[in-house]
Amino acid sequence: MRLVLPGAVLVLLAVAVAAPGLLAASDPLAADPAAALAPPGGAHWFGSDHLGRDVLSRVVHGARHSLGIGVAATALSVAAGVLLGLAAGLSPAWLDEALSRAFDVLSTLPELLLALLVVAVTGPGTGNVIAAIAVAQIPTYARVVRAQTFVVRRAGYVEHAVTSGRSRWAVTAGHVLPNVLGPIPVLATIGLGTAVIASSGLSFLGMGPQPPAAEWGAMLAGARDYLRVAWWEALFPGAAITLTVACLTVVGRGLQRRFEGRTP
Amino acid sequence: MTAVHGSADARPSAAAPAGPLVAVEDLRVSFGAAEVVRGVSLSVAPGECVALVGESGSGKSVTARSLLGLAGPGAAVRAAAFSVAGRDALAFREPDWRRLRGSFAGLVLQDALGSLDPLRTAAAEIGEVLSVHGVVPRRARAARVLELLAAAGVPEPALRAGQRPHELSGGLRQRVLIASAVAAGPRLIIADEPTTALDVTVQARILRLLAERRAEGTALLLISHDLAVVASVADRVLVLRDGQVVEQGPTRDVLSSPAHPYTRSLLAAVPSAATRGARLSDGPPPPPRRPPGGDVPVLAATGLVRSHGPRRAVGGVSFALRPGETLGVVGESGSGKTTLARLVLGLLDPDAGEVTLHGRPWSGVRERARRPLRPSIQLVSQNPLDSFDPRHTVGRLVAEPLRLPRRERRARVLDLLERVGLPPGTAARHPRELSGGQRQRVAIARALGPRPAVLVCDEPVSALDVSVQAQVLDLLAELQAERGLAMLFISHDLGVVRHVSDRVLVMKDGEAVEEGDVEEVFLRPRHPYTRALVAAVPRLPPARPSRPAPSPSYDHPERSRTS
Amino acid sequence: MTGAGLAAAPGRAAVLPAWARFAARRTLAAAAVLWAAATTAYVALLLAPGDTVDILVGDGPDTPGIRAGIVAEWGLDRPQVVQYLSYLWRLLHGDLGRSYQLQRGVADVLAGQVGPTAQLTLAAAGVGVTLACVIATATAGRGRLARGAASAAELASVSVPPFLIGIVLLAVFSFTLGWFPVSGAEGARALVLPALALGLPIAGVLGQVLRGGLERALEQPFAVTARARGLTERALVTRHALRHALLPAVTLAGWFTGTLLGGAVITEALFGRPGLGQVAMRAVTGRDMPVVMAVVLLSAVVYVTVSTLLDLAYRVIDPRTRG
Repeated sequence: MRLVLPGAVLVLLAVAVAAPGLLAASDPLAADPAAALAPPGGAHWFGSDHLGRDVLSRVVHGARHSLGIGVAATALSVAAGVLLGLAAGLSPAWLDEALSRAFDVLSTLPELLLALLVVAVTGPGTGNVIAAIAVAQIPTYARVVRAQTFVVRRAGYVEHAVTSGRSRWAVTAGHVLPNVLGPIPVLATIGLGTAVIASSGLSFLGMGPQPPAAEWGAMLAGARDYLRVAWWEALFPGAAITLTVACLTVVGRGLQRRFEGRTP
Repeated sequence: MTAVHGSADARPSAAAPAGPLVAVEDLRVSFGAAEVVRGVSLSVAPGECVALVGESGSGKSVTARSLLGLAGPGAAVRAAAFSVAGRDALAFREPDWRRLRGSFAGLVLQDALGSLDPLRTAAAEIGEVLSVHGVVPRRARAARVLELLAAAGVPEPALRAGQRPHELSGGLRQRVLIASAVAAGPRLIIADEPTTALDVTVQARILRLLAERRAEGTALLLISHDLAVVASVADRVLVLRDGQVVEQGPTRDVLSSPAHPYTRSLLAAVPSAATRGARLSDGPPPPPRRPPGGDVPVLAATGLVRSHGPRRAVGGVSFALRPGETLGVVGESGSGKTTLARLVLGLLDPDAGEVTLHGRPWSGVRERARRPLRPSIQLVSQNPLDSFDPRHTVGRLVAEPLRLPRRERRARVLDLLERVGLPPGTAARHPRELSGGQRQRVAIARALGPRPAVLVCDEPVSALDVSVQAQVLDLLAELQAERGLAMLFISHDLGVVRHVSDRVLVMKDGEAVEEGDVEEVFLRPRHPYTRALVAAVPRLPPARPSRPAPSPSYDHPERSRTS
Repeated sequence: MTGAGLAAAPGRAAVLPAWARFAARRTLAAAAVLWAAATTAYVALLLAPGDTVDILVGDGPDTPGIRAGIVAEWGLDRPQVVQYLSYLWRLLHGDLGRSYQLQRGVADVLAGQVGPTAQLTLAAAGVGVTLACVIATATAGRGRLARGAASAAELASVSVPPFLIGIVLLAVFSFTLGWFPVSGAEGARALVLPALALGLPIAGVLGQVLRGGLERALEQPFAVTARARGLTERALVTRHALRHALLPAVTLAGWFTGTLLGGAVITEALFGRPGLGQVAMRAVTGRDMPVVMAVVLLSAVVYVTVSTLLDLAYRVIDPRTRG
């Protein structure tokens, strides 16, 4: 029940990504210098920015950039993390050791610095930000999957499946994989929140989608210079990021509790 | 010892009241809407030992903890009258309770649950009681800790004082726990399952230690599920069920001629030599057992050796199990019982020695070669929940080892469930929704599925209440009689092994120290270790008339089988 | 990898005491991580599209002399393996190379910037850890209201992007109230807002982990035993539970340093503070690879140091892990 409200917000976000026109009619890129820095009101519900663009419309259309980067990066890192984690968890000790050291090295570099390294090599842009965040998050998923694989491999039910005469592959496919992968969607939900924060941070630093694209982090960077006169220009994109991440976190944790408690 | 005695003179309760140490009438404890203690009245007089006996969920622990104001967060405690140390406990606030805890009454919990802070040394734990209650000046504290450890029977107290729980054995941990509970010289010790999960020889020593404290005048409130433990220590016993006292009285009377049917069934459920061949739970008499047949062993082990790193877990164990026979394996923790089970199941390969199944090589062969024989040896383990894939329903779990077409499979699963006494509806449920006994029945149903010749039971009833244990043991006996199953029955509980086994293998430190006919071994143990083991088992007083007389042939199982 | 193998060899195990084996294994693992980080940075340079000399020259002055210098410094006329090994060799001697854009030694560029960043991150770490401890001990096991408020605050701290916290702090305390300077790094007052902006998210996550740890510890049987000795709840928390709660917190070392270092880049940009973050940003936008590589290496060194220290701390807090 506690997940209804955050769930509804996430649905709204999905609509904003799929069909932003439904939520905000005006063009997010249309500048109107005459109406610059207009406070929230009838014409502009969320006010207008320093170039006279409609903030509501930019926030709604920004969902596609901000969430899109997050989803893409999360999908990439989950896929790579699961594969590497399974490889480490199921392979002989020496390969596990080598892979684990590799995860260590990847996580040695703070996410943001790793992203900076990627951007330094490839230049700013949406794709590069996605790659940067994905690379930085791989070790998190890989570690979880590896640890989970170890737990499941030694679980009583896997041993029992062996005593019932199942082949190694049947046991791996029938018991190990499903129990290792089960928690992944939940983790990915929470991880998506992290990715959204990371991408907005990179965009804030000017590494993400380039102006005039409406991206929440970039909007905040633009609004920084007008804080004294137009709080709304910063407030709404900031609130959008916060609300998105908060809802993802609440929903993810709720699912996690349900999963761990296993109330059917 | 004498020095510890000294603390008794210094304790604040010198002006102790002559009345009971604690007395409560109509105690009711509820958590939210659930009332777990429903009108218990009890009192403990100075120097007395009172036992609260009951199965899990009987409210015995909550009752005991309520006497220290420790029923837990969210507990609503009410009583018609409640006095502790001669004062009205109904008017107590937290600081009042705190002053009494440790100094007036010490609490000893089951050690296996981690009742000592794992990050702190024994000395720090005991010293804490001394400092909280200001028993001795700071300078004298270290010396007093050593005295207390020595008094609790801890060898080398100076060494042990600096060690942490993980460096101590279970028995030593329990002694440290007792030392800390008595450090401030309390007049009452509340011991909640103080010997549960300890090896039987260690249990005997801990019970002796508690008895010593009593001899020195400390009253004891003992909470236990084990009637035999209670029998050896308590003056009075209260039998609890569902939060109510169903019967109470002097220990001897209650245990040898119980008045209440529940007490009777509890006593009848305790497996022992006397119960061999009889049912432990209510129900029709068991079907006659087929005598173990044939001289060709279905499962045989010769000279099994297996090491874990430098430690030799199993060192040279041999046995042969004939069809329809039960071989009990007893031993204390660390004796190599479970490693033996894993070797026998082909989950581990021995470093030396050999296992054969149906006369064919079973150890040291490739898993591919073992697979066709796998169905004929199945496992029932101590914790069935661990052995169930958490995603699966009971039906799917039981179906897993079956090699049958889909349609037949469902019917067979329902058959199996019915056979172990579970309603068909169980198939759609998840094991975590079931009780411990039901889960063990599911595990048995699953093990029966492939029609095994051998069932390896690794502590199958250790986690169960005695009445549930009785039902599961009866079920296993029925199944064995019906199907001529051979069983390798591993347990630390000598009573259980004696009840189920034809022959027994006694293990110590990975070696089989004695093997033979079960009654022969238990009545005339040859090895000193077996002797110590048998002597350490706490016993129930012999039953007086109200109990059906045991079958006259119980001393001579061989004869009863051939007759 | 070799480290673990060596330490596990039975001969050595018998000779060295447990702590020495631990120290040896840690040192070798740390060296391996640093080597890998250096290699990652090197590979990044190789992967960068375009001619390596062009990349290294960047926007800096471009003369044949300089180009020859670059080729000589990086050994670009020699085989790949030699290039790589001589790069490692130089690093081993503490030579971070030269920034051709800034026409200065990289070490020289970074030297002046370490101070302000260290100041900022240490202050933020202090704020974060202190707040987390205070919040956790004040709310663990308390009424629903206190815990509800705490978990709401924690949710906010993981959901609000760190730079937004900074923007809000700026808007309220600098622009509206005028209590603190908007930018710069002069004096303690200029440190307050950046340290808060960087420390608050840490306080949130750490507080949550600590509180969870405390609540779990307070439910353990040993907590019942301790209460039964007459301990007050406060004594129970400080003498027993806090230590248990610290264990999961200590394992967050990687996240902790990552958040601090990464957050420093954003915080410095937002508050216009000098420091390594600013240097890194400028280097990234200008694609000044030697500087970027040096910053990456430096952060790896910090990470390895912090995580080694926290590993040691873990062993001190939890004696069970001592071999």
